[in-house]
Amino acid sequence: MPPSPTRDETIHSEAFLSSLMRRQLRLSIGCALAFLIALLGLPLANYFAPDLMAMRVGGFTLTWLILGVLFFPYVWVISGYFIKRSLKLEADEAREVLSK
Amino acid sequence: MSTVLAFFGGVDPWIFAFSFITVAITIWMGFRSAKTSKTASDFFVAGRSVSVGWNASAISGEYLSAASFMGIAGMVMAVGYDALWYPVCYACGYLFLLLFIAGPLRRFGAYTIPDFAEGRYDSPVFRKIAVVFVLFIGLFYTLPQMKGAGTTLAYIFPGLPYWVGVAVVGAVITLNVALGGMKGITLVQAMQYWMKMFAISVPVFVLMAVFGGYGKNLGYNDGRTLAEAMNPVALTQSPEVVREPLPAKAPKDDVWIAPFGPLTTKAAKAAGLSAEESKPLSLVYTYSLIIALVCGTAGLPHILVRFYTNPDGVAAKRTTMWVMILIGVFYVFPPVMGVIGRNLLPELYAAAGAKGTDKIVLELPRIINERYGVWGSIMSGIACAGAFAAFMSTFSGLLVSMTGALAHDVYGRMLRPHSTPEQRMRMFKFSAIALGIVSVLLGAQVEKLQIAFMVGQAFAIAAASYFPLLFMSVWWRGMTMKGAAAGMLGGGVAALVCTTVINLSDLDLVNLKEFWIAHPILRILSEQPAIWSVPFAIITMIIVSKATSKDVPKDIRMKMLVLHAPEQLGLKNEYIQEHQAGAGH
Repeated sequence: MPPSPTRDETIHSEAFLSSLMRRQLRLSIGCALAFLIALLGLPLANYFAPDLMAMRVGGFTLTWLILGVLFFPYVWVISGYFIKRSLKLEADEAREVLSK
Repeated sequence: MSTVLAFFGGVDPWIFAFSFITVAITIWMGFRSAKTSKTASDFFVAGRSVSVGWNASAISGEYLSAASFMGIAGMVMAVGYDALWYPVCYACGYLFLLLFIAGPLRRFGAYTIPDFAEGRYDSPVFRKIAVVFVLFIGLFYTLPQMKGAGTTLAYIFPGLPYWVGVAVVGAVITLNVALGGMKGITLVQAMQYWMKMFAISVPVFVLMAVFGGYGKNLGYNDGRTLAEAMNPVALTQSPEVVREPLPAKAPKDDVWIAPFGPLTTKAAKAAGLSAEESKPLSLVYTYSLIIALVCGTAGLPHILVRFYTNPDGVAAKRTTMWVMILIGVFYVFPPVMGVIGRNLLPELYAAAGAKGTDKIVLELPRIINERYGVWGSIMSGIACAGAFAAFMSTFSGLLVSMTGALAHDVYGRMLRPHSTPEQRMRMFKFSAIALGIVSVLLGAQVEKLQIAFMVGQAFAIAAASYFPLLFMSVWWRGMTMKGAAAGMLGGGVAALVCTTVINLSDLDLVNLKEFWIAHPILRILSEQPAIWSVPFAIITMIIVSKATSKDVPKDIRMKMLVLHAPEQLGLKNEYIQEHQAGAGH
């Protein structure tokens, strides 16, 4: 089925491309921020609250427990959320254009 | 062969058996896959038909190198908390790939990164620059794998010369790549991931069952004196751990378990700064290390090339998710080895590198022998098999990506653009053998260098060259070829120069000791350049691109659409039709 001219025009329009990139970039940056706050915040926590971070939790120090164990599941949650949202975003974008 | 037999007397039969089985399975799978790898597409991108599960296992298998399998445990044991940034950032660098690079790159559709570089900027010159970088970073990352192979084989067969291990691993993998190409290697690496997972987790679980859990072992590092620690009352009700005394060379408990320990304060300590004065410097060091590891992961060419083996962009994203889970689970284990090793095998602190803490993964399981007879040797044998799987899978990935660059980009695109698929396939096999020989010859020369350092250098260069290139090319329309090349070369060369200066001064070839003592911050910024070299590369890209903005490709909107529009719209075929000469394979 060849695309109708209007649909083709939509796809190749400046507006479509910028909205596409803006929406994707907003999602990516949001997820990256959630990750960076934790990754870059941990050294700061170690720096400014050394006693809190050295608290013992089941043998671990708090900061060791966060970095050596809890960080991994946290990143899985972020990436799982991102994949779900970005697949939905793509499906929406495709539907918007193809329904024209 | 007679040399091998001569050393057989001192070899633990279990360790030999497990290592031998690993190598034998790898060779067998190589021959088996040779029958199914028929076309050029099979060789370069595994026919673009690798399923999510296989591909995720294969990427993970390729990624978990000698540095991950042996180096992290050794580093955690040697320097404590600060070394934990390595496994975390290795795993999390993948998140950056997923968020910013994986999907668009896959939608664009190309065999190799140089294909992307040329397609994005319509510039054959840029392809050449990108090829040089693939080969350069690839060889840099190959050398530590080779060194790991040489030292491990010398450990299993005491007295065997270093170069034999390099030659054996090099020959096995070169054979595999030449026989099966990318498709064959994918299956082998997937299998090797599960082998490594098994080889690290089983000994760790057994050790924890016998000597107490992760937290419990860590709990003993609280600065208690030996007399207190030996007192069963001061311990717990079940004194499984009898902590061995720490030798003088080992870092003390409080420094070891806390952040800003021996790794990040080294330069400040050398300059004689007080603990308070050195803390801001080690914060800078920590941040720079994090940036290098995260951006470097997202910019390693042999990892990126894997995204092209997925059937589509959706599969590429699912694959990344699984890779993060697979490597994340793996990376929890090596630090456990380091922690238990500190309590039970502190005598390893006496020697450095491969003779010291670096071999903790192989040595530690053996102490089970004291309680349960032969089981310790079996566990150690399993760990050795994992180490073999580690060198082999990472080297095979590197060899495939370097061979792809040589056979596809140099031969197929530059020298003989009209060659037939059969000719290219023959060239692939020929390039694999040539690069295998070069890698073995180079690998035999690096016995003196440190594994962790060489890996760090490769990461620093990738972080400041490929990562900015990919990130900016995907998200910024205004980028021109000149801007991209200037930023990539500028960042990469800056990182290379800094780390080389550090290397030369550490090997005492250049005497900079006085200078580093006078300027500890400069030492940190040269040892870990990412904190300034990554922004430097990006800013160079922006400035040069603005200055040459008339060179932005004319069909940039179409290129961006192909990169970002959902695949359901079928824009890629449209693009390929418009660019018959540029994108057809």
